[in-house]
Amino acid sequence: MGKMRRAAVAAVGALALLSPAACGGADSGADQEVEVFTWWADGGEKAGLDGLVAAFDEQCDYSFVNGAVAGGAGSNAKQVLASRLQQGDAPDTFQAHAGAALSDYIAAGQIEDLSDLYEEWGLTEALPPGLIDNLSVDGKVYSVPANIHRSNVLWTNKAVLADAGITAEPTTLAELFAALDTLKSAGIGAPLAIGKDWSQLMLLEAVMISDLGPEGFTGLWTGATDWNSPEVTQGLENYKRLLSYTNGDRDTYDWTDAGKLLMDGKAGFFLMGDWAPGDFETKGFTDFGYIAFPGNGDTFQWLADSFVLPQGVDNPEGTKCWLKTVGSAEGQQAFNIKKGSIPARTDVTEADYPAYQQSAIQAWKTGTQVPSCAHGAACSQGAMEAANSAIGKFSSDQDLAGLQKAMSAAAALGKN
Amino acid sequence: MLTRVRRWGPGLLLISPSLLLLGVFVYGLIGWTIKVSMSDRHSAAESDGFVGLSNYVDLFTNDINGRFLHSLRNLLIFTVVFLLGTMLLGLLWAFLLERGVRAEGLFRTVYLFPMAVSFVASGVVWRWLMNSGQGDDAGGLNAIFGQLNLDFLQNSWWTDPEWGMVAMAVPAIWQLSGYVMALFLAGFRGIPAELREAAAVDGASTFQLYRRVLFPQLTPVALSALIIVGHMSMKMFDLIMSVSGAQWLTEVPAVYVWQTLLTSDYAKASAISVILLLLVALVIVPYLVQTMRTERRS
Repeated sequence: MGKMRRAAVAAVGALALLSPAACGGADSGADQEVEVFTWWADGGEKAGLDGLVAAFDEQCDYSFVNGAVAGGAGSNAKQVLASRLQQGDAPDTFQAHAGAALSDYIAAGQIEDLSDLYEEWGLTEALPPGLIDNLSVDGKVYSVPANIHRSNVLWTNKAVLADAGITAEPTTLAELFAALDTLKSAGIGAPLAIGKDWSQLMLLEAVMISDLGPEGFTGLWTGATDWNSPEVTQGLENYKRLLSYTNGDRDTYDWTDAGKLLMDGKAGFFLMGDWAPGDFETKGFTDFGYIAFPGNGDTFQWLADSFVLPQGVDNPEGTKCWLKTVGSAEGQQAFNIKKGSIPARTDVTEADYPAYQQSAIQAWKTGTQVPSCAHGAACSQGAMEAANSAIGKFSSDQDLAGLQKAMSAAAALGKN
Repeated sequence: MLTRVRRWGPGLLLISPSLLLLGVFVYGLIGWTIKVSMSDRHSAAESDGFVGLSNYVDLFTNDINGRFLHSLRNLLIFTVVFLLGTMLLGLLWAFLLERGVRAEGLFRTVYLFPMAVSFVASGVVWRWLMNSGQGDDAGGLNAIFGQLNLDFLQNSWWTDPEWGMVAMAVPAIWQLSGYVMALFLAGFRGIPAELREAAAVDGASTFQLYRRVLFPQLTPVALSALIIVGHMSMKMFDLIMSVSGAQWLTEVPAVYVWQTLLTSDYAKASAISVILLLLVALVIVPYLVQTMRTERRS
């Protein structure tokens, strides 16, 4: 009898230990809700999202559910998203960098073709054709861009340039080198400020646009331009030379640290995307100038956040209404004024925006659009990561042939 | 038959939940990882093509810039320095305390405390301490050296392409030396006083006492310390992520797994994980075998 009781106790204990695993969450499943998955959890991004939600509430009969995952500049969110997609528990829509960064999702059949909706909503006319070209995969578009940032902008410290006697802003690579030499002889040790891996990749891309032109540059990532050609070698040599003007401990710098070198007058130039002025202004630095990277002409290197329609969501109509709002003039206006970026649409009223953004809107309308790999618009996530690693290696060993070989291999990743 | 079931049945039933959980979540998932590592699942798309060991071969022969070998080299430097540093410092501190200093309790706490701090928290502080700026731009330790007119001590810390990983081991040594000290101290205390007395009666000098009597008794403790610190070192991730972030200079296999996983290259990430598991097993399995033998003997 005693043994029986012992066995019973053991069985109950064993069951009790197992039971927590049996609890599961019930799906909300409400048809009127649209869960929007982003990593916009604070600052200007959150304000922009709020603006977008206000426009959504006006235009649609659905209610917005905030599925934001904070932290890690989106890397936390991407992990959560990957596991949710694998479990077939996709949010109604999610944020992703527009362009080639979506190629994994497309190949996996996880997001749907939006080409027909583009026609229906008039986005084909409202967005610049260059952008639509960059966004298309086999003639189909899979995402609606909410905003545009420009990445090939060279920020200047006006006071530092004036002190060194530089009056004309450089417009070609040769002029840039001359200006850097002038700054160096004026006692500025590292006239060009730069941060770690991805910001160095941005610099490399900007140099390549100057040396290869917009078409040749875009071809680097699509496979149309050979990474081993002599023109590319020339571009890489220019890049190597530019690195020699930068802060030596660049691999320890986040972009904001590098920006501080410009603010403190320890550098005259700083290459960064146009989210930089937001940081400058919150830190009280207003004496900055901006030019397109010398030699880039009117090429506008863009990156964008966009939203997609995942396969098999509960509420596709609600998601479509969200995407329509994101693409609409009102939605883009509400989002971008607060976030500090510019609308992807070309039919916007510039006067509503601050000075830098007005010039960017102008450049967006008239320029040639090329995507950026450093931000996933031009290349897959795997290629971007491999390129960053190769750039990091080059930063420490300056092995140009090794860089060329590695970049060639990296660009080929994700194109099976 | 029934009696035998009655004898071990309830016991088995009681441990069955943990057996089941371990079976599924540890061994089952290891098996799953090995399966993925032999597939061609290089993106988010489902794919179960079996490619045998080619992912492993690629890591060693066909990785861009020899990246995997580079991460192994970094790990080797880190591990050697980390092990030597903790063992030597730990032994030295334990020896000093064992010689009977005053306020032993205080010193013990002081040395042991760093272990209570997480690698992430100490990594953030050491990131600042090991600022690579020199001269006018110096910060952290380099600035202190500058103020003490010890400028020759200023160095580039973890940003040195060849020996950066030595600097990376410094915070790890700082954190775990106290733990090794505690292990050795326990080892010293476990040696019966009779042995010391017998040595003294036989006329052994202090040096001889330590060399011939006490240190040999510490071998098992030293082995445990090596294993514990060694396997921590192999899996090192959080410290490196908070000091340098994920980048080429300081990449070790664990960081490489993370980077690969973020780009949805599941097959490659699994292959690196399996190699990492084998490396750790290389250290731990002989130790387990040896422990089991000793236990059986006693």
